[in-house]
Amino acid sequence: MGYQPWTMDETDMSYSYKLSYLKQLEAESIYIMREAVAQFEKPVLLFSGGKDSIVMAHLARKAFWPAKLPFPMLHVDTGHNFPETIEFRDYLVNKIGARLVVRTVQDSIDQGLAVEEKGPNPSRNGLQTVTLLSAIEEFKFDVAFGGARRDEEKARAKERFFSHRDEFSQWDPKNQRPELWHLYNGRKNPGEHFRVFPLSNWTELDIWQYISEEELELPSIYFSHQREIVNRQGVLLAKSEFITLLKGEQYEEKTIRFRTVGDMSCTGAVESPASNLDDIIAEVAAARVTERAARADDQRSEAAMEDRKKQGYF
Amino acid sequence: MEIKEQKREADLLRFITCGSVDDGKSTLIGRLLYDTKTIFEDQLQNIERTSQQRGEEYVNLALLTDGLRAEREQGITIDVAYRYFATPNRKFIMADTPGHIQYTRNMVTGASTANLAIVLVDARKGVIEQTCRHTFITSLLKIDHVILCVNKMDLVGFSEEVFNKIKTDFETFISRLDIADVSYIPVSALQGDNIVNRSESMPWYEGPTLLYTLENVHLGSDLNFVDARFPVQYVSRPQTTEYHDFRGYAGRVEGGVFKPGDEVMILPSGFTSTINSIETFDGPLAEAFPPMSVTITLADEIDISRGDMIVKPNNQPQASQDVELMICWMNEKPLVKGRKYIIRHTTREAKCLVKEIRYKMNINTLHKIEDDLSIGLNDIARIAIRTTVPLFYDEYRRNSATGSLILVDEFTNETLAAGIIL
Repeated sequence: MGYQPWTMDETDMSYSYKLSYLKQLEAESIYIMREAVAQFEKPVLLFSGGKDSIVMAHLARKAFWPAKLPFPMLHVDTGHNFPETIEFRDYLVNKIGARLVVRTVQDSIDQGLAVEEKGPNPSRNGLQTVTLLSAIEEFKFDVAFGGARRDEEKARAKERFFSHRDEFSQWDPKNQRPELWHLYNGRKNPGEHFRVFPLSNWTELDIWQYISEEELELPSIYFSHQREIVNRQGVLLAKSEFITLLKGEQYEEKTIRFRTVGDMSCTGAVESPASNLDDIIAEVAAARVTERAARADDQRSEAAMEDRKKQGYF
Repeated sequence: MEIKEQKREADLLRFITCGSVDDGKSTLIGRLLYDTKTIFEDQLQNIERTSQQRGEEYVNLALLTDGLRAEREQGITIDVAYRYFATPNRKFIMADTPGHIQYTRNMVTGASTANLAIVLVDARKGVIEQTCRHTFITSLLKIDHVILCVNKMDLVGFSEEVFNKIKTDFETFISRLDIADVSYIPVSALQGDNIVNRSESMPWYEGPTLLYTLENVHLGSDLNFVDARFPVQYVSRPQTTEYHDFRGYAGRVEGGVFKPGDEVMILPSGFTSTINSIETFDGPLAEAFPPMSVTITLADEIDISRGDMIVKPNNQPQASQDVELMICWMNEKPLVKGRKYIIRHTTREAKCLVKEIRYKMNINTLHKIEDDLSIGLNDIARIAIRTTVPLFYDEYRRNSATGSLILVDEFTNETLAAGIIL
């Protein structure tokens, strides 16, 4: 059959065979996850209990249905979690019949692999990298699915779908493999591993619209509720045992919700009345600051994320 | 412009921006994001702070896209950065591809998934070698739509004459290339002229703004809905009580339309069967088309594995171990004739031998170079390979998914080249 240019009929046909933007993103993510499972031997899905990893777990179910997830989920537990997140994590794992592995930053500290930061409210954010890498080593995982999105942060905007990590788990942003069409090169030497980011092309708004369209359940902290918080240099931190009030600070009750789910010690809330998905989508669409603006861990320097990623962070 | 309501049936345009180092590309992107209200306040405050520290007169929008430390320090873009923005009818994925010559491989990377290319030139410099290189790659990778943005019009007094001269030069260059649709827009990214808002300084220009053009480009014929192609990605055998005998072939439809009841042929075995069902988590489908990810079950038990392709018996792809390619070489180590490389094509992996280097392209003159056949970083060449197993392929121009491959180093595992099947 020789090549023929498109006729009008064929152009019209392409219209009736149109996939919505979200369905295109979904199909791409499913393709990426299947590709990683086909190319690697010991995959793991990094699960934080946040909305992105919930969407990722949902996409994984779709990718491998009717089989169960052909890999475990790994939670790197800082010990500074919102109780609601852990409760939800266990609920979801049970519901979808997944296997969950939990490794704790506290164990890494106890084993002398990591040292707690100094100061009144040490963040364990950076220490997660140590725990993550020792879990990867312990289980000999050769690929880890991460829920990072390119729209989150400018160093992440330069990330590949299939991201190579050397034997020290380092990311070398200046020497990334070119990624062409949808041909993903997961070849590696022993001891190296890959991070695969199926949600690379999703934005925060896409995630929320998808959660709404697919009617996914979420931890309650994403929705508006009353909570005692302290305003620390513009970051609204929830009252918890991980926060020590500084001089002049005090807790006050506010109507808030969280846009991201991280540690209680560094994840800031936003004042919001949005108590359902439609309200949240409207709020996200109109938002004027990024979701990571409320993360104290990203405010440390301009290259904070790049530096953490190079060391092997999520 | 306020983006409150994103329509859920919105379509998607993937485009790349390319230009040379100082054409103001990052500024143009920053302007697009800024004027579509995609930039957030905290991002703006960050770059305002950095601009002030550096003593710059205006907010340096380039700082938004230069995500890596080395890029900010050197003021150049090293790697492809992906950006996202939306208008009510369309979502955009923009690959910002560096113009810096040593990173041209990244432009090919960005171009391989794009439907449209913005080629940027500096109004003071006009069409230069980089412009030709980028435009040639655009045409090689079959990007059907090109927008030539003549930037820094403010620095040439918004002169219509300068714009027309550049337009004529570009028209002459592309007359030898195969590009379906070209638009020309005079802009000042720094001041925002003709990016989102119409320019008051160039009343002589009556065409649309850049954003209007991006929003209204017709996307219809990018995918192939004619030739049924389903490379098997993963064989699904759940072996659970409920799905004890389930055997499905997971993959993405890379061409044509598949329906239950269709007679299909499996390559390379040549066995035929009938599609029993097209399965998804959300239920069985009446038909599957590109770019859907589905699982196909067949009426007969046939031995099928990853890398096989499900097609229709009356419309088969070409099958051969001898393949002619245009390649873009992406590694410092040069191509070695007679060496074996790994290839990845659809879901297939094989080895190949580089049999012949036919010619190298001089992409400034578009002449074929036949007396110097050394192929190094950024070179574009035509080669002939022989593969260890037959490939099932279509001409790249007919189907970019079944017509593309990559060469991989069997020792270092690096991706060495992008290949376009002729």
